[in-house]
Amino acid sequence: MKQKQTISKVLTYIKDYKFYLIGSVVFALITVAFTLYIPILIGNAIDCIIKAGNVDFDSMFRIFTKTAVMAVIAALSQWIMNLLNNKMTYYVSRDIRNKAIEKIERLPLNYLDTHSSGDTLSRVIADVDQFSDGLLMGFTQLFTGVVTIIGTLGFMLSVNYIITAVVVVVTPLSLFVARFISSRTYNLFKNQSKIRGEQTAFIEEMIENQKVVQAYSHQEENQKKFDCINDELSKSSLKALFFSSLTNPCTRFVNNSVYAGVALTGALMAVTGNLTVGVLTCFLSYANQYTKPFNEISGVITEFQNAIACADRVFELIEEEPEQPDSENAVTLSEVCGDVELDNVEFSYTPERELIKNLNLKVKRGQRIAIVGPTGCGKTTLINLLMRFYDTVSGDITVDGNNIREVTRKSLRENYGMILQDTWLKTGTVKENITFGKPDATDEEIIAAAKSSHAHSFIKRLPDGYNTVIGEDDGGLSQGQKQLLCITRIMLSLPPMLILDEATSSIDTRTELKIQRAFQKMMTGRTSFIVAHRLSTVKNADVLLVMKDGHIIEQGTHEELLAQKGFYSNLYNSQFSH
Amino acid sequence: MNPIIKMLGRYKKEAILGPLFKLLEAVFELLVPLVVASLIDGGILRKDKSHIVQMFIFLILLAVIGLISSVTAQYFAAKAAVGVSTRLRSELFRKIQSFSFSEIDKTGASTLITRMTGDVNQVQNGINMFLRLFLRSPFIVFGAMIMAFTVDFQSALVFVGVIPVLFAVVFAIILVSIPLYKKVQEKLDKVTLKTRENLTGVRVIRAFCREDKEINDFRQMNQELADSQNYVGKISALMNPVTYVIINTAIIVLIYVGAIRVEQGIITQGAVVALYNYMSQILVELIKLANLIITMTKSVACAGRVTAILKTESSLESINADSECGKKESGNYIEFSDVGLVYKGAGEESLSNISFSVKKGETVGIIGGTGSGKTSLVHLIPHFYDCTSGGIYIDGINVKAYPVEELRKKIGIVMQKSVLFKGTIRENILWGNGNASEKEISEAIEAAQAADVVNSKKDGLDEMIEQNGRNLSGGQRQRLTIARALVRKPEILILDDSSSALDYATDAKLRQSIKKLDSNMTVFIVSQRTSSIMYADKIIVLDDGKIVGTGTHEQLLESCEVYREIHLSQNEK
Repeated sequence: MKQKQTISKVLTYIKDYKFYLIGSVVFALITVAFTLYIPILIGNAIDCIIKAGNVDFDSMFRIFTKTAVMAVIAALSQWIMNLLNNKMTYYVSRDIRNKAIEKIERLPLNYLDTHSSGDTLSRVIADVDQFSDGLLMGFTQLFTGVVTIIGTLGFMLSVNYIITAVVVVVTPLSLFVARFISSRTYNLFKNQSKIRGEQTAFIEEMIENQKVVQAYSHQEENQKKFDCINDELSKSSLKALFFSSLTNPCTRFVNNSVYAGVALTGALMAVTGNLTVGVLTCFLSYANQYTKPFNEISGVITEFQNAIACADRVFELIEEEPEQPDSENAVTLSEVCGDVELDNVEFSYTPERELIKNLNLKVKRGQRIAIVGPTGCGKTTLINLLMRFYDTVSGDITVDGNNIREVTRKSLRENYGMILQDTWLKTGTVKENITFGKPDATDEEIIAAAKSSHAHSFIKRLPDGYNTVIGEDDGGLSQGQKQLLCITRIMLSLPPMLILDEATSSIDTRTELKIQRAFQKMMTGRTSFIVAHRLSTVKNADVLLVMKDGHIIEQGTHEELLAQKGFYSNLYNSQFSH
Repeated sequence: MNPIIKMLGRYKKEAILGPLFKLLEAVFELLVPLVVASLIDGGILRKDKSHIVQMFIFLILLAVIGLISSVTAQYFAAKAAVGVSTRLRSELFRKIQSFSFSEIDKTGASTLITRMTGDVNQVQNGINMFLRLFLRSPFIVFGAMIMAFTVDFQSALVFVGVIPVLFAVVFAIILVSIPLYKKVQEKLDKVTLKTRENLTGVRVIRAFCREDKEINDFRQMNQELADSQNYVGKISALMNPVTYVIINTAIIVLIYVGAIRVEQGIITQGAVVALYNYMSQILVELIKLANLIITMTKSVACAGRVTAILKTESSLESINADSECGKKESGNYIEFSDVGLVYKGAGEESLSNISFSVKKGETVGIIGGTGSGKTSLVHLIPHFYDCTSGGIYIDGINVKAYPVEELRKKIGIVMQKSVLFKGTIRENILWGNGNASEKEISEAIEAAQAADVVNSKKDGLDEMIEQNGRNLSGGQRQRLTIARALVRKPEILILDDSSSALDYATDAKLRQSIKKLDSNMTVFIVSQRTSSIMYADKIIVLDDGKIVGTGTHEQLLESCEVYREIHLSQNEK
């Protein structure tokens, strides 16, 4: 049932290429018809040769010309068919991938936060690949295979129905044999995958942490354990490999028997004069051709099932509910002053576990708000709400008096500058990364921003300066240097409100001191939300919010809070007790 | 000699018998056209029914023998292939475990894992296919040709003409398409990278409202991928049509030549059928061969990558203790003498001119900014890396002169990343010292402030830890790794920023109990926080790979500006 649904979804993608599909079918028919007709021609040619002095060269030449023309046409149409199939397959998978990435950009953050990115990635890449392999194989082999079987049957019937009967009766045997073997080997393969999975897990664990292994000289024990799993794998692999490799010899045996059967019946008929040698030759060639697609089709069907399963996984992603679009009459925020208000905000990631309750906060333009508290208290959640990565369950957040549900996400986010603990840079040059938020920045602006974030001096020393490409491995940049680039990125666009979530956590304290100065300058006149682990970095904020279990439990300036001798003062003093 | 071929040598019997039986099968297959020819000439033309039946039985017999020899061949091929891959994995694992840290850094864990899993499987496939088919296909092609010669010399010359043409076409197409397939792979890698980037950077992308730009970039890369797939598809799709035309042309020529020979009375009609059948066999075999070559090129590439690992030798130097720089008597327990370190592939020194000495039982604090060389310095003590100038001496003997295992037995190191392995807590602690008694284990756990971690678990010491310690918090993992180091009762304990996840109070208790455990233990504490090291006997301040200050907390506050800055940045009240 589900498979059917998936197939019909695949068909809607194929629909855009229906002319390719029709072309492919037409050319497949031509190819198969001509390939099947050629053995008949060859048989006729052989019948022109009876014995010495009795060879009909004239009709033979006529047959040869026909054969040559047909062979060329068959070859040509096969090539065209392949091209059409390629195009169709690759374009369909391209379209599916495009749909997938569009969906990824529109998915609610909640989906991306709760699903591993590796899994999503493998849906977009590996699954689509597998699907496209299966689809291509299906197009090229399934269809021609079926046509070949039907065509051969037709041709054989038209020539001689008795021999046809022999072929038809014996051939399905090879299908049964193949089925029998594959159902037996399935369990062997499953067992092999299980042991292989265990081994891979062990390899991953020990190689990723090889330094610890060596520090504790644990190599010998590991080797023993490894060899133990390895031997087990070896035994199970041998069984699986051997039994699965029986399919070919066995089906070949059935085919050979068919061949022998055709030879026997054909020859006996020829003796009584019911059949010419040429026709027998043609039949023998058919016997080979007819059985081949059976083997191929059983392979294609497994492959195709696998492809459908993969397609299903991609479609799952594509059909995920996107985040609620901006409301139709959403306003565009412009010239934001930075008054932010949270009114009775309630939020939880899962309904079972409420996180934030009755959160109220009034922030005046230009104020610095520091949020402190133990891990899991809701600091980062608050930022998710401010940026509207998540929507509140109830209660409103307003910016300059505008409810953020009623402004466009784009304009809301453009007015925030965000620096996160997790430094993300894209593959590209340093410059491209800095101008991520302001693609039209001039070189002077870029350098000025880099200087104020203290990134200029290290960028200058990179091999190609601002044009150094940061690759997948981050081009050898340290965590701290990456953090500096992220800060520069914000320094360049300087939106009216700032969010700094552990922005300096991976920078050493001396550089941090310098950056703090730049931050101070940047924050002047801008509403800023600062989350920090180290209390010393936030104590001169205008308001400190102490959060615990989703609530604001204390609120005030550093001095006020110390004087309260509450949670904050405890937290602060514990940093200096030895 | 290539190590993989060498390993195959251990399966000589299988590697020879496999193809041999395959050849046997091929021989019987090659006999089939002859039998059919005899069936036509001796049976049909002479109207000899019993001869026909005889030939039928003969055909069935050939099929049975073919089946038996082919099954035997599959068995030997599978055995050799699995045998080699099993040994290969074991050797690879041994090899990787013998790598020094330099090689591990250079190659990277993810590459090593792919080599051991995907690549070895590909090699196994390759060997299996090779033993099963690679000899068979050329054998059938040339065998068919030779059999054709036994039928009729002149007609067989057609085979001599067509086979080189076929091989040329097949190889030309393959040679052209292999680099194109590589290009497709590169394009796919780009699409993968873009997707991953969009998944990991979703917050930043949305914060900067770059979704549409990213979609456009992706579409463009995706289009490039589809284009390159279509391009290589165009070329590789030529294989079958072109060979088909060539073979059919050859068949026409063959029948024509055959017809002339029959007309002259030299051969029979049956012989012409036999020649035709041989030509058809070549066609079938060539298609198989072409598919096989693609698989083989893939596994040869994988074999190359596997071999590269097997041929990498650990670069860790070892010198003789009696040699010139093997010893240095100074009365100090640990001595760094003008040590410099350049990582492989790096241009500049990560550590330069490091000289200091430590007495037995002293506690040494090492502090400095990110990237100042703290970890590099302590990693030289267990000889994880070779220092590139100067020397490190423990008990007066150069670390390079110690047998690696003996040296590391003296040292308990807790690395920055707290790594635990799948298994019980007890098993993990026993990594430090396999012979530790129950009492020693609980002492170590106590000292590492990990007692409450163990007590909070239902099964205590026998609680299962999942891979990478997923079911523990960062602080819990950190304390258990410390316990693992303490249980070996090391002469030297190295704590590399290993209390970062602990709060100040626990950190302080930890330091006290370590000192209580064994006053003779020499302890190195690497930290970013001055509070963790201020009570050390000696503090080394690093900046940009150089020592900028050595002394006690008070001395350094006086004399070392870098230290003062660090201290103030953390303790400004």
